[in-house]
Amino acid sequence: MTQQEALQEYLLRLADSDMILGQRLSELVGKAPALEEELASTNVALDLIGQARHWYEYAADLINNGRDADNLAFLRDAHDYRNLLMVEQPNGDYAVTIARQFFFDVWHYFTLQSLVNASDERIANVAAKAIKEATYHLRRSAEWVRRMGDGTEESHRRIQHAFDLLWRFTGELVTPDDTDHAMFKAGIGPDPEQLKQDWFGMVHEVAAQATLTPGKEDAWMYMGGKHGVHTEHLGFILAEMQFLPRAYPDATTW
Amino acid sequence: MNEREPSSVDVLIASDQVPANARPESLSEEAIWALLDNVKDPEVPAISVVELGIVRRLSWDGKHLSVDITPTYSGCPATELIEELIVEALRAAGIRDPQLNQVLTPAWTTDWITAEGREKLRAFGIAPPQGNASKMSLLGAEETIACPQCGSDHTERISEFGSTACKALYRCSDCLEPFDYFKCI
Repeated sequence: MTQQEALQEYLLRLADSDMILGQRLSELVGKAPALEEELASTNVALDLIGQARHWYEYAADLINNGRDADNLAFLRDAHDYRNLLMVEQPNGDYAVTIARQFFFDVWHYFTLQSLVNASDERIANVAAKAIKEATYHLRRSAEWVRRMGDGTEESHRRIQHAFDLLWRFTGELVTPDDTDHAMFKAGIGPDPEQLKQDWFGMVHEVAAQATLTPGKEDAWMYMGGKHGVHTEHLGFILAEMQFLPRAYPDATTW
Repeated sequence: MNEREPSSVDVLIASDQVPANARPESLSEEAIWALLDNVKDPEVPAISVVELGIVRRLSWDGKHLSVDITPTYSGCPATELIEELIVEALRAAGIRDPQLNQVLTPAWTTDWITAEGREKLRAFGIAPPQGNASKMSLLGAEETIACPQCGSDHTERISEFGSTACKALYRCSDCLEPFDYFKCI
C-alpha cells in the first residue's frame, strides 16, 4: 500500500462514516420523538454531510479518474463503502439513536483533534472547520446520555440497553489497521493508542455520571466496515440514498 | 455539483444583469465592500454577509475582482445561494466576471460577527453569540443568554439546535417569548 493509497482509503473512511450517519439521522425527518430533536438530528446530519462532501472532494482529486464527490457518494456499492459499522446501525428507539451518536461523537471529536494538526494542509483545514461542529455534537449527545441514564427508571433501562446493544460495534472505532498506522506515521491520523485511551476515558467518565455500565474492553467485537465488510443494514441505506441519482443519472437538479 | 451548459436564455439574462452604462473601473475597493454590505444573509436577513464575517478578503485592480468567502458550517445549505447573491450584486454594479473562492481556513467563528451585526441581530429578535468561542469548555456548564425581547437573564434552552445550523432555541421565563440564539462557535 503506497502512501497515497492509504490516504485515499482514509479519506473515504472519514467521508463514508459522515455520509452514512448523516443519512441515518435524516431518516428521523417527520419521525423524531419531539420537534426539537428532529431539528437537532437533521442539523447534525447537515453538518456531517457537509463534512463528507469536503472529504469526498479531496478523495476524488486524489483518485483523479474523472469521479467527483457525488459520484463517490452515489455510485459505489456496499462493499466499496468504508464506514464504521456503528453508523449504519438502525435508529432503534431514541436511546439507541443517542448512544450511537455518543459513541461516534467521542471517536469523531478525538480523531478530528488530531487531524487539525495533520501534516497534510487540506486535511487540517477541513478538520479545523469540522472540529467546531463535532464538539457541539458531542456536547449534546453526552448531555442526552447523562439525562437518560440519570433520569427515570425507564430512561435508564433504555439507554443501558442501547449501550449493551451497540457495544459490539465500538471495538472498530479504536482498533487500528495498516491504514490507520500508515496515517499516524505520516503525521496525519491520530496515535492509535492515544485515541483508544481518550475514547475509553471519555466514555467511562460520561457513563459514570450517567450511572451507566459500559461494556468490557476485551468483549467480542464486530469489525469489517473499514474494509467493506458490512452488516446487512448498509445495502438498504444505499438503496434509498442512491435511488435517485442511479435512476436519473443525467439529472443535475433534484 | 455539475454545471449545466448555459442555454441562450441564460446568457441573455446574465448579460442583462450588467447595466450597459456601468463603469466598474471607477469603483474603489471600499465601494465594493459597501456593495457587499447590502447583500443579506438569506437565512438571517437582518445582517449582511460582511457583518456576518463570511466575506474574508477582496482583491480588485479595477478590472478583475476576486472575493474570498468562508462557509459558517460545513454543510450550510445557504452557502451556494449566498455565492449567487454576491455575484448578482457585483454584476449589477458592472463587475462582469467576479471570481469567488471558497476558503475553509481559518475556520469561520462567531467572533467575526461585527459589533453592528450583533446589535442588528438583537434588534431582529435573535440573541447574538456571547463570549469568546475559543474559551468554551467541552462539557461545561451552560452560559446565561439574555432575552433579545425584554433583556431578562431568566431564560432556558429548549434545544441545542434551532431553525438553521447556526442557531439554538431558547425561551424567556419572564416575557415567555421563545427566541433564537446565534450559537457561539
